[in-house]
Amino acid sequence: MMSASTIQLYCLVAPIVAVVLIVTVGRVFPILYETINASVAVITFLLTLSLYSALGEGTIESMVLFEPFAGVSIALQAEPLGILFAMMASFLWIITSIYSFGYMRGHGETNLARFNIFFAIAISSAMGIALAANGFTLFLFYEVLTLSTFPLVTHAGSDKARRAGRIYLFLLLGTSVGMLLLALIWTWILTGTLDFRAGGILDGDISKTTLNILLVLYVFGIGKAALMPFHRWLPAAMVAPTPVSALLHAVAVVKAGVFSILKVSIYIFGIDLLQELEVHRYLAYAAAFTIVATAIIALRKDNLKARLAYSTIGQLSYIVLGALVANAAGIVGGGLHMLMHGFGKITLFFGAGAILVATHKTEISQMRGIGRRMPVTMITFLIGSIVIVGAPPTGGMWSKWNLLLGAANTTDWLLLAALIVGSLLSALYLLPIAVRAFYHSPDDGNETIKEAPVSILIALIISAAGCIILFFAPDFAFDLMNMITSSE
Amino acid sequence: MESIGIVNYWIVIALMMIALYIVISANNLIKKIIGLNIFQSSVFILYISIGKVGGGTAPILLKEPAVYSNPLPHVLILTAIVVGVATTALGLALIVRIRSAFGTIDDQDVQQDIERN
Amino acid sequence: MLSLHLSALQVVIPLLAAPLCAIIRIPGVTWLIALAVGIASSINSIAILLHINRFGEIVYSLGGWAAPFGIEYRIDSANALILLIISFIYLLGIIYAPASIKTEVPEKSQGWLYTAWILCFTGLSGITISGDVFNVFVFLEVSSLSTYILISFGQDKRCLTAAFRYLVMGTIAATFYLVGIGFLYSLTGTLNMADLAQRLPDLISQNTVAVAFGFVIVGLAIKMALFPFHAWLPNAYAYAPNAVTAFLAGTATKAAVYVFIRLTFEVFPEDYFSGFTSSHHIILAVGIFSAVITSAIAIFQDDLKRLFAWSSIGQIGYIAVGVGLASTAGVAASFLHLFNHSIMKTAIFMAIGGLFFVTGSTTTAALKNAGRRMPWTMAAILIGGLSLIGVPFTTGFISKWYLVSASLEQNFWWLAGLILLGSLVTAAYVWKIVEIAYFRKDPNVKVVRQEAPLSLLIPTWILVVANIYFGVDARFSGSMATQAANTILGVSP
Repeated sequence: MMSASTIQLYCLVAPIVAVVLIVTVGRVFPILYETINASVAVITFLLTLSLYSALGEGTIESMVLFEPFAGVSIALQAEPLGILFAMMASFLWIITSIYSFGYMRGHGETNLARFNIFFAIAISSAMGIALAANGFTLFLFYEVLTLSTFPLVTHAGSDKARRAGRIYLFLLLGTSVGMLLLALIWTWILTGTLDFRAGGILDGDISKTTLNILLVLYVFGIGKAALMPFHRWLPAAMVAPTPVSALLHAVAVVKAGVFSILKVSIYIFGIDLLQELEVHRYLAYAAAFTIVATAIIALRKDNLKARLAYSTIGQLSYIVLGALVANAAGIVGGGLHMLMHGFGKITLFFGAGAILVATHKTEISQMRGIGRRMPVTMITFLIGSIVIVGAPPTGGMWSKWNLLLGAANTTDWLLLAALIVGSLLSALYLLPIAVRAFYHSPDDGNETIKEAPVSILIALIISAAGCIILFFAPDFAFDLMNMITSSE
Repeated sequence: MESIGIVNYWIVIALMMIALYIVISANNLIKKIIGLNIFQSSVFILYISIGKVGGGTAPILLKEPAVYSNPLPHVLILTAIVVGVATTALGLALIVRIRSAFGTIDDQDVQQDIERN
Repeated sequence: MLSLHLSALQVVIPLLAAPLCAIIRIPGVTWLIALAVGIASSINSIAILLHINRFGEIVYSLGGWAAPFGIEYRIDSANALILLIISFIYLLGIIYAPASIKTEVPEKSQGWLYTAWILCFTGLSGITISGDVFNVFVFLEVSSLSTYILISFGQDKRCLTAAFRYLVMGTIAATFYLVGIGFLYSLTGTLNMADLAQRLPDLISQNTVAVAFGFVIVGLAIKMALFPFHAWLPNAYAYAPNAVTAFLAGTATKAAVYVFIRLTFEVFPEDYFSGFTSSHHIILAVGIFSAVITSAIAIFQDDLKRLFAWSSIGQIGYIAVGVGLASTAGVAASFLHLFNHSIMKTAIFMAIGGLFFVTGSTTTAALKNAGRRMPWTMAAILIGGLSLIGVPFTTGFISKWYLVSASLEQNFWWLAGLILLGSLVTAAYVWKIVEIAYFRKDPNVKVVRQEAPLSLLIPTWILVVANIYFGVDARFSGSMATQAANTILGVSP
C-alpha cells in the first residue's frame, strides 16, 4: 500500500505520464491522444479519491520535494479544501477528455498533440496548486499553469488569438508577479515561513496597516480569481477551443484562483484575523460589485461563450466574497460553490461547444428553436443554468444557500442584496437561452441541424447528472469543508 | 619647494581637462587617440609627482645613506606606459581598418555612412 | 604546497598559452590550445573552490615576495565563485566557437581570435583573483585590450567603430581607476587590498579618500556598463562575432562588478559606501532606474543581439540594486544574480548564434517560423527569456526572490514593487520575440526542420539545463552567494 504522502506526488506525476505517452505512443497512433488523457485522468481521479479516504484516517503528512533555498521548500500536503479541488479537477478532466475527442476532431482542429500535451501539463500544475503545502509551492504551480495554458489559448494561431494571448498573459503574469509574489515574499520576511497552517501564520503582532496592504495584494494579485478590474483576461481567453474554455476557464484555472484566495484567507491570515482587518469589507464590496456588474454585462452579450465568460467572473466573485466575509458559513459556501459551479459551468460550456460543432453558431440570437433538433444538449444546458442560478434540484442550491448565510451573518445587507440580485440576473441571462431553444420554432435554415457527436453527448450527460447528484449527495463536500471550519 | 609640488598637480588637472575635451570634441579619430594619450600622460605625471620626495636623490645604491625618492610609482608608471602604448597601437590599428572600411577617419562621416546604410 | 600554486596557475596557464597561439596561428591547433586552457582552468577553479571550502581563503605571494612588497593573490569564497563562472563560461564558449566563427571570421584570422580570447580570459581571471589594486588595473587593461580586438573580428564593418568607441570609453575608465588608486597610494603607501583596508579607516575623514573613491567608482561603473555609462555596450555586443558576444555577456561586466563590490565594501572602510558618503543611495537609484528604463528600450530593438545587449544593461541594474542595498542580503542577491545572469544570458546569445548559423541574420525578422524550423534553438531563447522575466523553475525567479526579499528586509516595499515592474517590462520584450517566432507565419515559405548543428546546440543546452537546475535547486548557488557576501561584508555566518 502506498503511503498517502507519496500519493500526493503521483497526483502530479500522472498527468506528466500522459505527456510522455502522447509523445511516444501518440506519435505512432494519434487517434489515441484522448484515450491516453482519459485513462490517465481516471487514474488521477482514483489517486485523489484515495487521498480523500486517507484523510478520514487523520492528517496526511507533507512531502518535501525540493528545498530550493534554506527555509523555503517545494512541498505537498493535502488538506480538505485541496482534496476537494483536486477531486473536482481530475473528475472533470475525465469528462473533458471524452468530450474533446468528439469536439476537436468534429471541429477539425489541428496540432492535437501540442494541445493534449499542454492540457495535461495544465492539469498537473492544477494538482500542484491543489496539494501545495505552502505559498511558495502554490505560486510556482500557479505560474506554470498560466504559462502552460498560454499555448492553449492561442491554439488557433490567428491574430485574434495572439492578441487575446497577450492580454491573458500580461494580466495573469502582471498581477501574480507584481502583487502576489510581493505579498508572498513580504509574508515570508514578516513570519519566516509560508506554510499553510490552520489558524493562519500572520498574527496580530504585525501592524494593521501592513496586514491590510497584504490582503489587498493577495486578493488582487491572484488574478486568476478575476476580481474586477483584473477580469479582462477571462473573456479574452474564450478564443481557445471549447474544451479549454470548459475545463480550464470554467474549472481548473479560475478555480485555482479562488482556491488560492480561500487558501490565503484560511491558512495564511486565518478567519479570525481577517475579521479584524478593516479592508476585508471593502474587498467584499469589490466582489459584490463584480457580481452585479458582470451579470449586467452578461445580459448584453449575444455571443454565447462571452456571456458564459462574464457569468464565470461573477460566480467567481461569489466565492471570493464567501472567503472575505470571513465566517464559517462563508467559507463552506465558497468551497461548495467552487465544486458546484465547476460542474454547472462545464456543462454550459460543453453545451456551447456542442452547438458550435453541430450548427457552427456562436450567437445566442441564432439559437432559437435548436432545442427541438438538439434535445440532449439543450436539456443539459438547462440543468447547468439552474446550477448557476442556485435553484433545486441541483447542487448549486447548497452553495448559494451557505453563501447567503455567510453574507447574512455579517449583517451587511448590501452584500446580501448583491448576492440575491446576482442570482436573479443570472436567471435572466441564462434561462431564456434554453427556453427559447424549445419554445420557438426553428429559424430558417435550421431544419437540417442534427445532434452533436456521441462523445460530446456522453460528456454532457455525465456532467449534468453530476449537477443533480450533488443536490442529493453533497455530504462528502460538506464533510470536507466542515473539517476546515471546525479546525479553526 | 612646496609651491613647485602644487604646480605639478595644477598641470595634471589642466592636461586632464584638455585631453578630455579633445577626446570628446575631436572628430578626427587620430586626434581622439592623441587626446587619450595626453589623458594618460597626465596621470603618469600625477604618479611621478606623488613619488617625488623633496630633496631626495634618485633611488640608487650610494655609499652613504641618503634621502631618495620613492621608486614604486615610477615602476608602476612604467607598466602603465606600456599599457598606454598598447592602447595607442591598437587604436591606430583600428583606425587603419576603419579607413579601409569606410574610406574616412572622420567620426561624423563614419556615422553618416552608417546611417545611410 | 601544490594547492597554493593553484591560484597562480589560473593566470599563468592562459598567459603562457596566448603567445603560443600567436606563434602557431593554425585555427585548429589554437582552438585545441584554447580548449585545453578552458578545461584546465575549469578544473582548477573547482579545486580552488573545494580548497577554500575546506581550508579557508588562499593567500599566495607571487614570486615569493611577501605582501606589501610583492603582488598577492587572495582568493576567498567571493572571487572563487566569480572564477568558477568565468572559467566555465569560457570553456563552453570555446566549445561553441569553431562552428560559429567558421561562418563569420576568415580562416587566416581565426588563430588571432583565439589568441585574443585566451588573453581576455587571462585578464578576467587576473582581475578576479588579484589582491593588489594596481595589479587589478593591469589585468583590467589586458582584458579590455583583448576585448577590443575580439569585437573587431565581427562581420559587419560597424564592429570597428563599436570597438573604437569601446576603446575610448574603456581607456578613460581604466585611467579614472588608475587616478583613484594613485590617490589611495599617496595616502597609505600601499596597493595591497588587505593593507588598504587596514589603513584607510584612520583616514576616513580626508577629502582625498572621497576623491579616490569617486574616481574608482566611476571607472568601474564604465567597465561594468552601469547606466549612464553604458553607451559602449549595445554596439559592442551587437557587432562582435556571436561566440564572442556569448562569452562577453557572461563574463566581461561580471569581473568589473566583482571588483566594484570588493572595493566598496571591503577595501574602503566599513560603512564608507553606505554610511559615510551615503553613495549607496545613488547606486540604488541608478540601478533600479536603469533596470526599468533599459528594459523598456530593449522592447524597441529590431536586432536580437542589440535587444539582449540592452537587456544586459538592465540586468546589471538589478545587480547594482543589490549592491546599493548595502546589506548582506542585498550583496548576496547581487552575487546570485551575477551567477544566474551569466548562465541565462550566455545561453540566449549562444542560441542567437545558432539562429544566425541557420538564417544568416540576427534581426527579429529572421525569427519568423523559427519556432517550427528550429524548435531546440528557439526553446533555448524562450527559456532564457522566461528566466530573465523571473518565471518560477528558472534561475531568474530565484534571483528575483533574493532581491525582493533583500529590499523588503529594509522595508523598501516601493523598491520591491519597481523590481517586479521591471520584470513585466522584461516580459514585454521577451514576448515580442515569442510572438514573432511562434505566431508570425510566412505563408509562402514551406517550413523545413533546419536545426543549428549539435556543436552549437550542446553548449547552449548545457546552460539551459543549468538554468533550470539552479532554478529548482538553488542551494549551491544561494549558499555560495550568501557566503561570498558574508566574506566581503565581514559578517560571520
